[in-house]
Amino acid sequence: MSKQLSKEEIIALARLSRLKLTDAEVEQYQKELSSIIGYIDQLSGADTEGLRPTSQVTGLENVSREDEVKELTASPDDLLDVAPNRQERFIKVRRMI
Amino acid sequence: MSVWPKISDIVKSVSDGRVSATENVNKALKLIEEKNPEYSAVVSVIESRAIARAEEIDKRIAKGENVGRLAGVPFIVKDNYLSFDSETTASSNMLKGFRAPYQATAIEKLEAEGAILVAKANLDAFAHGTSTENSDLMVTKNPHDKERVPGGSSGGSAASVALDLVPFTLGSDTGGSIRQPAAFCGVVGVKPTYGLISRSGVVAMASSTDVLGPLTRNVDDAGLIIDVMSGVDPLDGTTIQGNSEGYSNLNASVKSKKVGVIKEWFGEGLDSGVAEKVKTAIKALEDAGAEVVEVSLPSLDLALAVYYVVVPAELSSNLSRHDGQRYQFSYEGAKDLDESYEQSRSIGFGPEAKRRIMIGTHVLSSGYYDAYYNKAQTVRTKLINEFNQAFSEVDIMVGPITPTTAFKIGELSDDPLQLYLQDIYTVSANLVGVPAISIPCGEIDGLPVGLQLLADQNNDRILLEAAKAYEEINS
Repeated sequence: MSKQLSKEEIIALARLSRLKLTDAEVEQYQKELSSIIGYIDQLSGADTEGLRPTSQVTGLENVSREDEVKELTASPDDLLDVAPNRQERFIKVRRMI
Repeated sequence: MSVWPKISDIVKSVSDGRVSATENVNKALKLIEEKNPEYSAVVSVIESRAIARAEEIDKRIAKGENVGRLAGVPFIVKDNYLSFDSETTASSNMLKGFRAPYQATAIEKLEAEGAILVAKANLDAFAHGTSTENSDLMVTKNPHDKERVPGGSSGGSAASVALDLVPFTLGSDTGGSIRQPAAFCGVVGVKPTYGLISRSGVVAMASSTDVLGPLTRNVDDAGLIIDVMSGVDPLDGTTIQGNSEGYSNLNASVKSKKVGVIKEWFGEGLDSGVAEKVKTAIKALEDAGAEVVEVSLPSLDLALAVYYVVVPAELSSNLSRHDGQRYQFSYEGAKDLDESYEQSRSIGFGPEAKRRIMIGTHVLSSGYYDAYYNKAQTVRTKLINEFNQAFSEVDIMVGPITPTTAFKIGELSDDPLQLYLQDIYTVSANLVGVPAISIPCGEIDGLPVGLQLLADQNNDRILLEAAKAYEEINS
Protein backbone atom coordinates (compact mmCIF):
# COMPACT_ATOMS: atom_id res chain seq x y z
CA MET A 1 0.00 0.00 0.00
CA SER A 2 2.66 2.52 0.92
CA LYS A 3 6.27 2.88 1.85
CA GLN A 4 7.42 1.89 5.32
CA LEU A 5 8.66 4.65 7.56
CA SER A 6 12.34 4.04 8.32
CA LYS A 7 13.82 3.87 11.82
CA GLU A 8 15.59 7.16 11.12
CA GLU A 9 12.28 8.80 10.17
CA ILE A 10 10.66 7.61 13.42
CA ILE A 11 13.60 8.96 15.45
CA ALA A 12 13.39 12.29 13.60
CA LEU A 13 9.62 12.47 14.19
CA ALA A 14 10.08 11.72 17.88
CA ARG A 15 12.68 14.48 18.07
CA LEU A 16 10.30 16.97 16.40
CA SER A 17 7.60 15.86 18.88
CA ARG A 18 9.99 16.27 21.86
CA LEU A 19 9.70 12.58 22.71
CA LYS A 20 12.54 10.24 23.55
CA LEU A 21 11.91 6.66 22.43
CA THR A 22 13.55 3.42 23.54
CA ASP A 23 14.80 1.06 20.80
CA ALA A 24 11.77 -1.17 21.39
CA GLU A 25 9.44 1.83 21.01
CA VAL A 26 11.13 2.87 17.76
CA GLU A 27 10.49 -0.61 16.38
CA GLN A 28 6.89 -0.67 17.62
CA TYR A 29 6.03 2.79 16.24
CA GLN A 30 7.76 2.04 12.95
CA LYS A 31 5.32 -0.82 12.44
CA GLU A 32 2.22 0.94 13.78
CA LEU A 33 2.78 4.34 12.18
CA SER A 34 3.55 2.74 8.81
CA SER A 35 0.23 0.89 8.95
CA ILE A 36 -1.68 4.07 9.91
CA ILE A 37 0.07 6.23 7.30
CA GLY A 38 -0.66 3.45 4.79
CA TYR A 39 -4.35 3.77 5.64
CA ILE A 40 -4.46 7.56 5.29
CA ASP A 41 -2.55 7.34 1.99
CA GLN A 42 -5.87 6.45 0.31
CA LEU A 43 -6.61 10.21 0.37
CA SER A 44 -4.07 10.74 -2.41
CA GLY A 45 -6.49 9.19 -4.92
CA ALA A 46 -9.41 11.51 -4.07
CA ASP A 47 -10.48 13.99 -6.74
CA THR A 48 -10.46 17.42 -5.08
CA GLU A 49 -10.11 19.52 -8.24
CA GLY A 50 -11.41 23.06 -7.67
CA LEU A 51 -12.09 22.61 -3.93
CA ARG A 52 -10.55 24.62 -1.09
CA PRO A 53 -9.49 23.17 2.25
CA THR A 54 -11.80 23.54 5.28
CA SER A 55 -10.33 24.80 8.51
CA GLN A 56 -13.48 25.47 10.52
CA VAL A 57 -17.15 24.62 10.21
CA THR A 58 -19.08 27.40 11.97
CA GLY A 59 -18.69 30.10 9.36
CA LEU A 60 -17.89 32.52 12.19
CA GLU A 61 -15.26 35.08 11.23
CA ASN A 62 -13.04 37.39 13.24
CA VAL A 63 -14.71 36.86 16.61
CA SER A 64 -13.33 39.68 18.73
CA ARG A 65 -13.91 41.22 22.13
CA GLU A 66 -12.83 44.33 24.00
CA ASP A 67 -9.30 44.08 25.35
CA GLU A 68 -10.06 44.77 28.98
CA VAL A 69 -9.13 43.31 32.35
CA LYS A 70 -11.96 41.22 33.81
CA GLU A 71 -12.30 39.55 37.19
CA LEU A 72 -12.76 35.83 36.55
CA THR A 73 -12.82 33.06 39.15
CA ALA A 74 -9.07 32.39 38.84
CA SER A 75 -6.53 35.07 39.78
CA PRO A 76 -3.15 35.38 38.02
CA ASP A 77 -1.68 33.84 41.17
CA ASP A 78 -3.98 30.80 40.91
CA LEU A 79 -2.99 30.35 37.27
CA LEU A 80 0.74 30.58 37.99
CA ASP A 81 0.35 28.12 40.85
CA VAL A 82 -0.41 25.23 38.47
CA ALA A 83 3.15 25.34 37.10
CA PRO A 84 5.49 22.75 38.65
CA ASN A 85 8.14 25.40 39.44
CA ARG A 86 7.29 28.96 40.26
CA GLN A 87 9.30 31.95 41.42
CA GLU A 88 7.39 35.16 42.21
CA ARG A 89 5.34 36.00 39.13
CA PHE A 90 7.38 33.78 36.83
CA ILE A 91 7.47 30.13 35.80
CA LYS A 92 10.94 28.81 36.53
CA VAL A 93 12.55 26.49 33.97
CA ARG A 94 15.93 24.77 33.67
CA ARG A 95 18.84 26.39 31.90
CA MET A 96 18.46 26.70 28.15
CA ILE A 97 22.09 26.76 27.00
CA MET B 1 -36.27 0.27 36.09
CA SER B 2 -34.02 3.15 37.00
CA VAL B 3 -33.51 4.25 40.59
CA TRP B 4 -33.67 7.82 39.24
CA PRO B 5 -36.86 9.35 37.85
CA LYS B 6 -36.77 11.56 34.75
CA ILE B 7 -34.74 14.72 35.43
CA SER B 8 -37.78 17.01 35.20
CA ASP B 9 -39.50 14.85 37.85
CA ILE B 10 -36.45 14.93 40.13
CA VAL B 11 -36.37 18.73 39.85
CA LYS B 12 -40.07 18.94 40.62
CA SER B 13 -39.73 16.74 43.70
CA VAL B 14 -36.79 18.81 44.99
CA SER B 15 -38.47 22.14 44.27
CA ASP B 16 -41.68 20.95 45.99
CA GLY B 17 -39.66 19.88 49.02
CA ARG B 18 -40.70 16.20 48.72
CA VAL B 19 -37.08 15.05 48.26
CA SER B 20 -34.09 17.07 49.40
CA ALA B 21 -31.03 17.82 47.30
CA THR B 22 -28.99 16.34 50.14
CA GLU B 23 -30.89 13.05 49.86
CA ASN B 24 -30.16 12.93 46.12
CA VAL B 25 -26.46 13.63 46.62
CA ASN B 26 -26.16 11.04 49.37
CA LYS B 27 -27.98 8.53 47.20
CA ALA B 28 -25.57 9.13 44.30
CA LEU B 29 -22.52 8.92 46.58
CA LYS B 30 -23.81 5.66 48.07
CA LEU B 31 -24.46 4.16 44.63
CA ILE B 32 -20.94 5.11 43.54
CA GLU B 33 -19.49 3.56 46.67
CA GLU B 34 -21.46 0.33 46.14
CA LYS B 35 -21.02 -0.17 42.41
CA ASN B 36 -17.84 1.57 41.38
CA PRO B 37 -15.28 -0.90 42.82
CA GLU B 38 -16.63 -3.54 40.45
CA TYR B 39 -16.78 -1.39 37.29
CA SER B 40 -14.22 1.45 37.71
CA ALA B 41 -16.41 4.01 35.95
CA VAL B 42 -15.53 6.84 38.36
CA VAL B 43 -11.98 8.06 39.03
CA SER B 44 -12.69 10.55 41.84
CA VAL B 45 -15.53 11.67 44.08
CA ILE B 46 -16.24 15.29 45.07
CA GLU B 47 -17.95 14.56 48.37
CA SER B 48 -17.68 17.54 50.70
CA ARG B 49 -18.31 20.23 48.09
CA ALA B 50 -21.31 18.28 46.73
CA ILE B 51 -22.84 17.89 50.19
CA ALA B 52 -22.22 21.57 51.02
CA ARG B 53 -23.86 22.65 47.78
CA ALA B 54 -26.84 20.35 48.38
CA GLU B 55 -27.35 21.73 51.90
CA GLU B 56 -27.24 25.25 50.55
CA ILE B 57 -29.82 24.39 47.88
CA ASP B 58 -32.09 22.82 50.51
CA LYS B 59 -31.85 25.97 52.64
CA ARG B 60 -32.78 28.14 49.69
CA ILE B 61 -35.75 25.92 48.87
CA ALA B 62 -36.90 26.08 52.50
CA LYS B 63 -36.88 29.87 52.14
CA GLY B 64 -39.12 29.57 49.09
CA GLU B 65 -36.49 30.45 46.49
CA ASN B 66 -36.51 29.11 42.96
CA VAL B 67 -33.24 27.20 42.73
CA GLY B 68 -33.31 26.54 39.00
CA ARG B 69 -34.17 24.09 36.27
CA LEU B 70 -31.86 21.37 37.61
CA ALA B 71 -32.49 21.81 41.33
CA GLY B 72 -30.83 19.06 43.33
CA VAL B 73 -29.84 16.85 40.37
CA PRO B 74 -26.48 15.11 40.94
CA PHE B 75 -24.23 14.53 37.92
CA ILE B 76 -20.80 13.22 36.89
CA VAL B 77 -18.44 14.68 34.27
CA LYS B 78 -15.68 13.08 32.26
CA ASP B 79 -12.36 13.80 33.96
CA ASN B 80 -11.22 16.11 31.15
CA TYR B 81 -13.60 18.83 32.46
CA LEU B 82 -11.84 21.22 34.85
CA SER B 83 -13.67 21.24 38.18
CA PHE B 84 -13.26 22.69 41.66
CA ASP B 85 -12.23 20.67 44.72
CA SER B 86 -11.07 17.68 42.73
CA GLU B 87 -8.27 16.56 40.49
CA THR B 88 -8.63 16.89 36.71
CA THR B 89 -6.41 14.17 35.28
CA ALA B 90 -7.80 13.50 31.78
CA SER B 91 -7.01 9.96 33.06
CA SER B 92 -3.36 10.65 32.20
CA ASN B 93 -0.11 10.32 34.12
CA MET B 94 0.75 13.77 32.79
CA LEU B 95 -2.07 15.45 34.75
CA LYS B 96 -2.36 13.10 37.73
CA GLY B 97 -2.70 15.35 40.78
CA PHE B 98 -3.64 18.43 38.73
CA ARG B 99 -6.03 20.79 40.53
CA ALA B 100 -7.70 23.23 38.18
CA PRO B 101 -7.79 26.94 39.09
CA TYR B 102 -11.15 27.44 37.38
CA GLN B 103 -14.15 25.39 36.33
CA ALA B 104 -15.50 24.49 32.86
CA THR B 105 -18.27 26.81 31.62
CA ALA B 106 -20.51 23.76 31.04
CA ILE B 107 -20.29 22.83 34.75
CA GLU B 108 -20.79 26.45 35.82
CA LYS B 109 -23.98 26.67 33.74
CA LEU B 110 -25.39 23.43 35.15
CA GLU B 111 -24.53 24.43 38.72
CA ALA B 112 -26.13 27.85 38.21
CA GLU B 113 -29.40 25.93 37.62
CA GLY B 114 -29.00 23.87 40.80
CA ALA B 115 -27.28 20.71 39.49
CA ILE B 116 -24.60 19.20 41.75
CA LEU B 117 -21.33 17.71 40.49
CA VAL B 118 -20.54 14.60 42.57
CA ALA B 119 -17.76 12.75 40.73
CA LYS B 120 -15.43 12.52 37.72
CA ALA B 121 -15.53 9.68 35.19
CA ASN B 122 -12.77 7.64 33.57
CA LEU B 123 -11.69 8.12 29.95
CA ASP B 124 -8.98 7.04 27.56
CA ALA B 125 -6.04 9.28 28.53
CA PHE B 126 -6.53 12.70 26.88
CA ALA B 127 -9.68 11.22 25.24
CA HIS B 128 -7.59 9.16 22.80
CA GLY B 129 -9.41 5.91 22.27
CA THR B 130 -12.55 3.91 21.70
CA SER B 131 -12.45 1.52 24.64
CA THR B 132 -11.28 3.42 27.77
CA GLU B 133 -8.44 0.86 27.92
CA ASN B 134 -5.99 3.71 27.24
CA SER B 135 -6.73 5.28 30.63
CA ASP B 136 -3.54 5.60 32.68
CA LEU B 137 -5.64 5.19 35.84
CA MET B 138 -7.91 2.13 35.47
CA VAL B 139 -9.88 0.03 32.99
CA THR B 140 -13.65 0.58 33.06
CA LYS B 141 -15.86 -2.45 32.58
CA ASN B 142 -19.05 -2.59 30.54
CA PRO B 143 -22.09 -2.80 32.87
CA HIS B 144 -23.71 -5.35 30.51
CA ASP B 145 -20.67 -7.68 30.56
CA LYS B 146 -17.68 -7.12 32.81
CA GLU B 147 -15.32 -8.82 30.36
CA ARG B 148 -16.08 -6.20 27.73
CA VAL B 149 -15.12 -2.57 27.18
CA PRO B 150 -17.64 0.24 27.73
CA GLY B 151 -16.44 2.00 24.56
CA GLY B 152 -14.61 5.28 24.64
CA SER B 153 -13.33 7.70 25.13
CA SER B 154 -16.25 8.74 27.41
CA GLY B 155 -16.44 5.15 28.69
CA GLY B 156 -16.70 6.10 32.36
CA SER B 157 -19.49 8.58 31.63
CA ALA B 158 -21.49 6.01 29.63
CA ALA B 159 -20.97 3.25 32.19
CA SER B 160 -22.01 5.62 35.02
CA VAL B 161 -25.39 6.19 33.35
CA ALA B 162 -25.83 2.49 32.56
CA LEU B 163 -25.03 1.70 36.21
CA ASP B 164 -27.61 4.30 37.29
CA LEU B 165 -25.09 6.11 39.51
CA VAL B 166 -26.55 9.52 38.63
CA PRO B 167 -29.36 10.86 36.39
CA PHE B 168 -26.93 12.20 33.77
CA THR B 169 -23.26 12.57 32.90
CA LEU B 170 -21.22 14.69 30.50
CA GLY B 171 -18.76 13.51 27.88
CA SER B 172 -16.80 14.97 25.01
CA ASP B 173 -16.98 13.83 21.38
CA THR B 174 -14.11 14.49 18.97
CA GLY B 175 -14.86 11.59 16.62
CA GLY B 176 -17.54 9.52 18.37
CA SER B 177 -16.43 9.57 22.00
CA ILE B 178 -19.94 10.20 23.36
CA ARG B 179 -21.97 8.19 20.84
CA GLN B 180 -19.85 5.03 20.63
CA PRO B 181 -19.73 4.35 24.41
CA ALA B 182 -23.42 5.29 24.62
CA ALA B 183 -24.11 2.56 22.03
CA PHE B 184 -21.93 -0.01 23.84
CA CYS B 185 -23.54 0.75 27.21
CA GLY B 186 -27.15 1.09 25.99
CA VAL B 187 -27.73 4.75 26.90
CA VAL B 188 -28.57 7.95 25.01
CA GLY B 189 -25.57 10.07 23.94
CA VAL B 190 -25.72 13.34 22.02
CA LYS B 191 -23.03 15.11 20.03
CA PRO B 192 -24.54 18.57 19.41
CA THR B 193 -23.78 20.92 16.53
CA TYR B 194 -20.15 22.12 16.64
CA GLY B 195 -20.01 25.33 18.69
CA LEU B 196 -23.35 24.89 20.49
CA ILE B 197 -21.75 24.29 23.91
CA SER B 198 -18.75 26.21 25.23
CA ARG B 199 -15.59 24.14 25.60
CA SER B 200 -13.91 26.59 27.94
CA GLY B 201 -12.31 24.60 30.73
CA VAL B 202 -12.19 21.23 28.97
CA VAL B 203 -8.82 19.67 28.09
CA ALA B 204 -8.56 20.24 24.33
CA MET B 205 -8.09 17.35 21.92
CA ALA B 206 -8.85 18.50 18.34
CA SER B 207 -10.18 22.02 18.30
CA SER B 208 -12.02 21.88 14.96
CA THR B 209 -14.08 18.82 15.94
CA ASP B 210 -14.30 18.72 19.79
CA VAL B 211 -17.84 19.09 21.18
CA LEU B 212 -19.36 18.45 24.60
CA GLY B 213 -22.62 16.69 25.25
CA PRO B 214 -24.76 14.69 27.68
CA LEU B 215 -25.24 10.96 28.28
CA THR B 216 -28.65 10.14 29.70
CA ARG B 217 -31.31 7.48 29.99
CA ASN B 218 -33.77 9.25 27.68
CA VAL B 219 -33.97 11.94 25.01
CA ASP B 220 -35.92 14.48 27.09
CA ASP B 221 -33.18 14.49 29.75
CA ALA B 222 -30.51 15.02 27.08
CA GLY B 223 -32.49 17.91 25.56
CA LEU B 224 -32.86 19.63 28.93
CA ILE B 225 -29.14 19.38 29.69
CA ILE B 226 -28.21 20.72 26.23
CA ASP B 227 -30.72 23.54 26.70
CA VAL B 228 -28.97 24.60 29.91
CA MET B 229 -25.41 24.26 28.57
CA SER B 230 -25.82 25.81 25.10
CA GLY B 231 -25.16 29.38 24.06
CA VAL B 232 -22.47 31.92 23.28
CA ASP B 233 -19.64 32.09 25.82
CA PRO B 234 -17.08 34.91 25.67
CA LEU B 235 -14.52 32.37 26.90
CA ASP B 236 -14.92 30.22 23.75
CA GLY B 237 -14.79 32.18 20.48
CA THR B 238 -16.24 29.26 18.48
CA THR B 239 -19.60 29.23 20.28
CA ILE B 240 -22.79 29.91 18.33
CA GLN B 241 -26.31 31.01 19.19
CA GLY B 242 -28.49 27.91 19.02
CA ASN B 243 -32.14 27.38 18.09
CA SER B 244 -34.40 30.08 19.55
CA GLU B 245 -36.92 27.43 20.66
CA GLY B 246 -34.26 25.74 22.78
CA TYR B 247 -33.90 22.00 23.30
CA SER B 248 -36.31 21.15 26.11
CA ASN B 249 -40.09 20.47 26.02
CA LEU B 250 -39.59 18.29 22.96
CA ASN B 251 -42.44 16.99 20.81
CA ALA B 252 -41.95 13.45 19.56
CA SER B 253 -41.94 14.09 15.84
CA VAL B 254 -40.94 12.01 12.89
CA LYS B 255 -44.24 11.90 10.98
CA SER B 256 -43.86 13.26 7.42
CA LYS B 257 -40.16 13.84 8.06
CA LYS B 258 -37.86 12.67 5.30
CA VAL B 259 -35.30 10.19 6.63
CA GLY B 260 -32.26 9.26 4.52
CA VAL B 261 -30.64 5.86 5.05
CA ILE B 262 -26.90 6.24 4.43
CA LYS B 263 -26.04 3.64 1.80
CA GLU B 264 -22.28 3.66 2.43
CA TRP B 265 -22.74 2.63 6.07
CA PHE B 266 -24.38 -0.71 5.37
CA GLY B 267 -21.57 -2.30 3.38
CA GLU B 268 -18.60 -4.46 4.26
CA GLY B 269 -17.40 -4.29 7.87
CA LEU B 270 -20.83 -3.93 9.50
CA ASP B 271 -21.80 -6.91 11.64
CA SER B 272 -24.94 -8.53 10.22
CA GLY B 273 -26.68 -8.60 13.60
CA VAL B 274 -26.07 -4.87 14.12
CA ALA B 275 -27.28 -4.17 10.56
CA GLU B 276 -30.48 -6.06 11.24
CA LYS B 277 -31.24 -4.13 14.45
CA VAL B 278 -30.60 -0.80 12.75
CA LYS B 279 -32.78 -1.76 9.76
CA THR B 280 -35.58 -2.83 12.11
CA ALA B 281 -35.36 0.59 13.78
CA ILE B 282 -35.54 2.33 10.39
CA LYS B 283 -38.62 0.26 9.53
CA ALA B 284 -40.19 1.42 12.82
CA LEU B 285 -39.56 5.05 11.86
CA GLU B 286 -41.22 4.39 8.51
CA ASP B 287 -44.21 2.75 10.23
CA ALA B 288 -44.47 5.86 12.42
CA GLY B 289 -44.97 8.01 9.32
CA ALA B 290 -41.47 8.98 8.23
CA GLU B 291 -40.72 8.96 4.53
CA VAL B 292 -37.64 6.75 4.24
CA VAL B 293 -35.32 7.10 1.24
CA GLU B 294 -31.76 5.99 0.49
CA VAL B 295 -29.01 8.62 0.35
CA SER B 296 -25.47 8.23 -0.92
CA LEU B 297 -22.45 10.27 0.21
CA PRO B 298 -19.55 8.78 -1.77
CA SER B 299 -16.80 10.54 0.21
CA LEU B 300 -17.88 8.85 3.48
CA ASP B 301 -15.48 6.04 2.62
CA LEU B 302 -12.64 8.53 3.02
CA ALA B 303 -13.93 10.18 6.21
CA LEU B 304 -11.90 8.05 8.60
CA ALA B 305 -8.69 8.74 6.66
CA VAL B 306 -9.47 12.49 6.78
CA TYR B 307 -10.14 12.20 10.50
CA TYR B 308 -6.85 10.42 11.24
CA VAL B 309 -4.96 13.25 9.54
CA VAL B 310 -6.86 16.28 10.84
CA VAL B 311 -7.30 15.13 14.43
CA PRO B 312 -3.71 13.99 15.13
CA ALA B 313 -2.50 17.24 13.51
CA GLU B 314 -4.64 19.34 15.84
CA LEU B 315 -4.00 17.29 18.96
CA SER B 316 -0.24 17.29 18.40
CA SER B 317 -0.46 21.08 18.55
CA ASN B 318 -2.83 21.12 21.54
CA LEU B 319 -0.69 18.68 23.51
CA SER B 320 2.47 20.73 22.97
CA ARG B 321 1.47 22.73 26.07
CA HIS B 322 2.19 19.63 28.17
CA ASP B 323 5.90 20.24 28.20
CA GLY B 324 6.79 19.69 31.84
CA GLN B 325 6.96 23.42 32.54
CA ARG B 326 3.39 24.70 32.65
CA TYR B 327 1.20 21.98 34.16
CA GLN B 328 1.64 19.27 36.77
CA PHE B 329 4.13 16.54 35.82
CA SER B 330 7.76 17.56 35.38
CA TYR B 331 10.78 15.23 35.22
CA GLU B 332 13.01 16.03 38.17
CA GLY B 333 16.41 14.89 36.91
CA ALA B 334 16.78 17.01 33.78
CA LYS B 335 19.99 19.03 33.40
CA ASP B 336 18.61 21.48 30.83
CA LEU B 337 15.31 22.66 29.39
CA ASP B 338 15.45 20.45 26.32
CA GLU B 339 15.94 17.32 28.40
CA SER B 340 13.15 18.44 30.72
CA TYR B 341 10.77 18.72 27.75
CA GLU B 342 11.72 15.34 26.32
CA GLN B 343 11.75 13.39 29.54
CA SER B 344 8.57 14.97 30.93
CA ARG B 345 6.68 14.19 27.71
CA SER B 346 8.15 10.70 27.29
CA ILE B 347 7.17 9.70 30.83
CA GLY B 348 3.91 11.70 31.08
CA PHE B 349 2.35 10.56 27.79
CA GLY B 350 1.21 6.97 27.22
CA PRO B 351 1.70 5.01 23.98
CA GLU B 352 -1.51 6.21 22.29
CA ALA B 353 -0.78 9.91 22.89
CA LYS B 354 2.76 9.38 21.57
CA ARG B 355 1.43 7.57 18.50
CA ARG B 356 -1.03 10.34 17.72
CA ILE B 357 1.43 13.16 18.41
CA MET B 358 3.91 11.59 16.00
CA ILE B 359 1.26 11.05 13.29
CA GLY B 360 0.18 14.67 13.71
CA THR B 361 3.75 15.87 13.56
CA HIS B 362 4.35 13.77 10.43
CA VAL B 363 1.31 15.07 8.51
CA LEU B 364 2.16 18.67 9.40
CA SER B 365 5.86 18.44 8.67
CA SER B 366 7.38 20.24 5.71
CA GLY B 367 7.24 18.05 2.62
CA TYR B 368 4.12 16.19 3.84
CA TYR B 369 1.82 19.10 4.69
CA ASP B 370 0.26 19.35 1.21
CA ALA B 371 0.06 15.61 0.65
CA TYR B 372 -1.64 14.87 3.96
CA TYR B 373 -2.96 17.82 5.94
CA ASN B 374 -4.04 20.07 3.08
CA LYS B 375 -5.37 17.13 1.10
CA ALA B 376 -7.38 15.89 4.09
CA GLN B 377 -8.88 19.33 4.74
CA THR B 378 -9.86 19.51 1.05
CA VAL B 379 -11.51 16.08 1.11
CA ARG B 380 -13.28 17.39 4.23
CA THR B 381 -14.76 20.17 2.06
CA LYS B 382 -15.97 17.51 -0.37
CA LEU B 383 -17.61 15.64 2.50
CA ILE B 384 -19.26 18.84 3.77
CA ASN B 385 -20.62 19.53 0.26
CA GLU B 386 -22.10 16.03 0.12
CA PHE B 387 -23.73 16.47 3.54
CA ASN B 388 -25.19 19.82 2.44
CA GLN B 389 -26.56 18.19 -0.71
CA ALA B 390 -28.07 15.31 1.28
CA PHE B 391 -29.64 17.64 3.86
CA SER B 392 -31.20 19.69 1.07
CA GLU B 393 -33.20 16.51 0.35
CA VAL B 394 -33.80 14.92 3.77
CA ASP B 395 -34.42 16.15 7.35
CA ILE B 396 -32.64 13.32 9.15
CA MET B 397 -30.01 10.77 8.16
CA VAL B 398 -29.74 7.40 9.80
CA GLY B 399 -27.24 4.57 10.22
CA PRO B 400 -25.36 2.48 12.78
CA ILE B 401 -23.01 3.88 15.45
CA THR B 402 -20.53 1.02 15.64
CA PRO B 403 -19.60 -1.91 13.34
CA THR B 404 -20.11 -4.43 16.19
CA THR B 405 -21.36 -4.64 19.77
CA ALA B 406 -18.88 -4.11 22.64
CA PHE B 407 -15.67 -6.07 22.18
CA LYS B 408 -13.70 -7.85 24.89
CA ILE B 409 -11.13 -6.07 27.05
CA GLY B 410 -7.73 -6.66 25.41
CA GLU B 411 -9.27 -8.00 22.18
CA LEU B 412 -8.11 -5.15 19.91
CA SER B 413 -5.46 -3.51 22.02
CA ASP B 414 -2.41 -4.62 19.99
CA ASP B 415 -3.74 -3.22 16.74
CA PRO B 416 -4.25 0.57 16.79
CA LEU B 417 -5.68 0.63 13.25
CA GLN B 418 -8.42 -1.87 14.19
CA LEU B 419 -9.34 0.34 17.14
CA TYR B 420 -9.43 3.38 14.85
CA LEU B 421 -11.89 1.54 12.57
CA GLN B 422 -14.37 1.59 15.48
CA ASP B 423 -14.92 5.26 14.62
CA ILE B 424 -15.88 4.64 11.00
CA TYR B 425 -19.56 5.70 11.34
CA THR B 426 -19.07 8.46 13.89
CA VAL B 427 -16.23 10.72 12.70
CA SER B 428 -18.14 12.31 9.80
CA ALA B 429 -20.54 14.24 12.05
CA ASN B 430 -17.50 15.80 13.74
CA LEU B 431 -15.69 16.66 10.51
CA VAL B 432 -18.84 18.27 9.10
CA GLY B 433 -20.00 19.85 12.39
CA VAL B 434 -23.54 18.42 12.33
CA PRO B 435 -25.42 17.09 15.38
CA ALA B 436 -25.84 13.32 15.89
CA ILE B 437 -27.33 11.08 18.54
CA SER B 438 -26.89 7.48 19.63
CA ILE B 439 -30.06 5.88 20.90
CA PRO B 440 -30.47 2.24 21.99
CA CYS B 441 -32.22 0.05 19.37
CA GLY B 442 -32.06 -3.42 20.87
CA GLU B 443 -29.57 -5.99 22.09
CA ILE B 444 -27.63 -8.91 20.65
CA ASP B 445 -26.74 -11.62 23.21
CA GLY B 446 -27.35 -9.12 26.00
CA LEU B 447 -25.15 -6.42 24.44
CA PRO B 448 -26.74 -3.12 23.39
CA VAL B 449 -26.83 -1.76 19.83
CA GLY B 450 -26.97 1.95 19.01
CA LEU B 451 -28.95 3.69 16.28
CA GLN B 452 -27.41 6.88 14.90
CA LEU B 453 -29.55 9.78 13.74
CA LEU B 454 -27.97 12.90 12.21
CA ALA B 455 -29.44 16.29 11.32
CA ASP B 456 -28.15 19.40 9.57
CA GLN B 457 -26.08 22.00 11.45
CA ASN B 458 -28.11 23.77 14.12
CA ASN B 459 -31.05 21.38 13.66
CA ASP B 460 -30.38 19.78 17.06
CA ARG B 461 -34.01 20.25 18.03
CA ILE B 462 -35.27 18.40 14.93
CA LEU B 463 -32.75 15.65 15.72
CA LEU B 464 -33.90 15.31 19.34
CA GLU B 465 -37.58 15.30 18.37
CA ALA B 466 -37.02 12.52 15.83
CA ALA B 467 -35.02 10.56 18.41
CA LYS B 468 -37.81 11.03 20.94
CA ALA B 469 -40.31 9.69 18.40
CA TYR B 470 -38.15 6.58 17.94
CA GLU B 471 -37.79 6.20 21.71
CA GLU B 472 -41.58 6.22 22.10
CA ILE B 473 -42.06 3.60 19.37
CA ASN B 474 -39.33 1.41 20.83
CA SER B 475 -40.47 1.52 24.46
